Amino acid sequence: MANIPAAQGKNTLKRRRIMSDLRYDLKHNKTLLLMVFPSILYLFVLSYLPMVGIYYAFTNYNYQGGLFGSPFVGLANFKFLFASGTAWKLTFNTVFYNLIFIFGGTALRIAIAIMLSEIIGNIFRKVTQTIIFLPHFVSMVLVGVFAYNLMNYETGLLNNIITSLGGERFDFYGTPWIWRLIIPAVEFWKSTGYGTIIYLAAILGISEEIYEAAIIDGVTFMQKIRYITLPSLKPTFTILLLMSLGGIIRGQFDLFYQLIGNNGLLFGTTDIIDTYVYRVLRVSPNIGMGSAVGLYQSVIGALMVLGSNYLIRKLEPENALF
Amino acid sequence: MSSATKYTRGHATFNVISKAILAGFATACLLPFILMIIGSFTDNTTVLVNGYSLFPEKWSLAAYELIFKYPKQVIDAYKVTIFVTTVGTAIALTITTISGYALSRPTFRSRNRIALYLYFPSLFGGGLIPWYIMMTQVLKLSDSIWALIIPSLVSTYNIFLVRNFIRTSVPLELFESAKIDGAGELRTFGQIILPLITPVTATVGLFIALGYWNDWFLSNLFITTSSKYSLQYYLYNMLNSSKALQELKAISGDISIEIDLPSETAKLAMAVVATGPIIMLYPFVQRYFVRGLVIGSVKG
Repeated sequence: MANIPAAQGKNTLKRRRIMSDLRYDLKHNKTLLLMVFPSILYLFVLSYLPMVGIYYAFTNYNYQGGLFGSPFVGLANFKFLFASGTAWKLTFNTVFYNLIFIFGGTALRIAIAIMLSEIIGNIFRKVTQTIIFLPHFVSMVLVGVFAYNLMNYETGLLNNIITSLGGERFDFYGTPWIWRLIIPAVEFWKSTGYGTIIYLAAILGISEEIYEAAIIDGVTFMQKIRYITLPSLKPTFTILLLMSLGGIIRGQFDLFYQLIGNNGLLFGTTDIIDTYVYRVLRVSPNIGMGSAVGLYQSVIGALMVLGSNYLIRKLEPENALF
Repeated sequence: MSSATKYTRGHATFNVISKAILAGFATACLLPFILMIIGSFTDNTTVLVNGYSLFPEKWSLAAYELIFKYPKQVIDAYKVTIFVTTVGTAIALTITTISGYALSRPTFRSRNRIALYLYFPSLFGGGLIPWYIMMTQVLKLSDSIWALIIPSLVSTYNIFLVRNFIRTSVPLELFESAKIDGAGELRTFGQIILPLITPVTATVGLFIALGYWNDWFLSNLFITTSSKYSLQYYLYNMLNSSKALQELKAISGDISIEIDLPSETAKLAMAVVATGPIIMLYPFVQRYFVRGLVIGSVKG
């Protein structure tokens, strides 16, 4: 009981400090406040105000009723989503792909960064780096075009190769399971080159003296990689890993939508939360249900970021977000 | 690492294997682009009969002739994308740098609270649907070209990049001496700081510009008039209208539907036309993107 007045006192003190700082800035830093004002206003209108729309998740929204005229249904939308299995399926797919992207992607990035830093020949290194970096720059629409050119049933290059080798045409766009392999492959294709840079920078940051001392001590090349390079990448690896784990419930809408589109045949293995919300908005409107999924994603997402930030703060305090 | 050292046997083996793997991966990265370019110069019937190939039997310019026979739509899409990219990048970069500057000033007492306010929406939000309703029903931006610009104007991440760069690379004495010389914050920003932070403005500007150039999603959400489609969405629409028509044809068995169907190769020619500028500029801007990642990874 004795704590409560003290806590209240602390709160009022804190509030008083916020207000006095603000008064100070209004008096002495008017220009600075004005400079940051466009961003404040922008986020107020396009991020904070729409948070009111979280209420949609608890309604059976209809356009006549609008935000507050639609019938309130409590947790019915959530109950339906979980009872029908939709929420579990979406969560599974979203997390499944993100785990593959994170762990597979990281392994690839580190491996390629080490290879790039150790190969002999600057021109080869430059050219390779430039090429593997290229996919990052093109739009997902183009990625969809590429995928279609390679894999469509009648004219796709892969099917041409299969038939010219005497095989049967393979119906990629009608075979759900194969997309569990194709989607990660496309994601690795697009983002590995770019993701390699950060590890390359970390490798270049390792002191040359450590390597030289090791060579004098007679370590072999592979021992050098194993005992010097890899351990030096650990801080970078840990931070990036934790940060991406924070985003594990947020899917890459662009990637999935450009590859799968509205091909319902493949939804079982490819539908993620973000594509589902999009369809609920655009294809078969159900604002209440879509908002419910969105809210679920947002809450879990926030918890994941807070959790990962907590871990980062424990391990590498200077890299924590807040 | 340094080329002066003598290579051990382990290193030599590693070098050979690595080069083979890297060459393979680089080929995989490049192959779809080559396939696209060759495909766009292939005769359409050859594609329909033999499929896509790296060594087509018959070459043709027909796909490009087809696109540029009635160039109005392509030109409209180009205009939209160029307008959105230049105007959007200019406004976004202005907002980003002035915000980043303000937040970097240690004398600005509310800076960390404002930073938290700017960061919070990346953590938690209403999601796509309430945002969409805000854009269309409150701000009435349906079918407006500003609907393609406004959604990407403010990025907290970019603001923080600028803030951190100023914090770590501009010495505080510079602000002091500017103040002594009687320069206000706006002048200090415009005449002293801005010229010093070009590495980060170039990088952030290119991040933003690339985002605008490659965007198809906002056109998809908000634009209904086809003359206001962005370039990428125009390409997307071309692909999907032909996919949809093919399905319709298969269901109805009505061959006359074929009249308006863009040929397979025309789609690729359009893809080349929509991506060309990016690939041309790529070698020159690549280093700014590299720098951006490195700046981002060092926290101030």
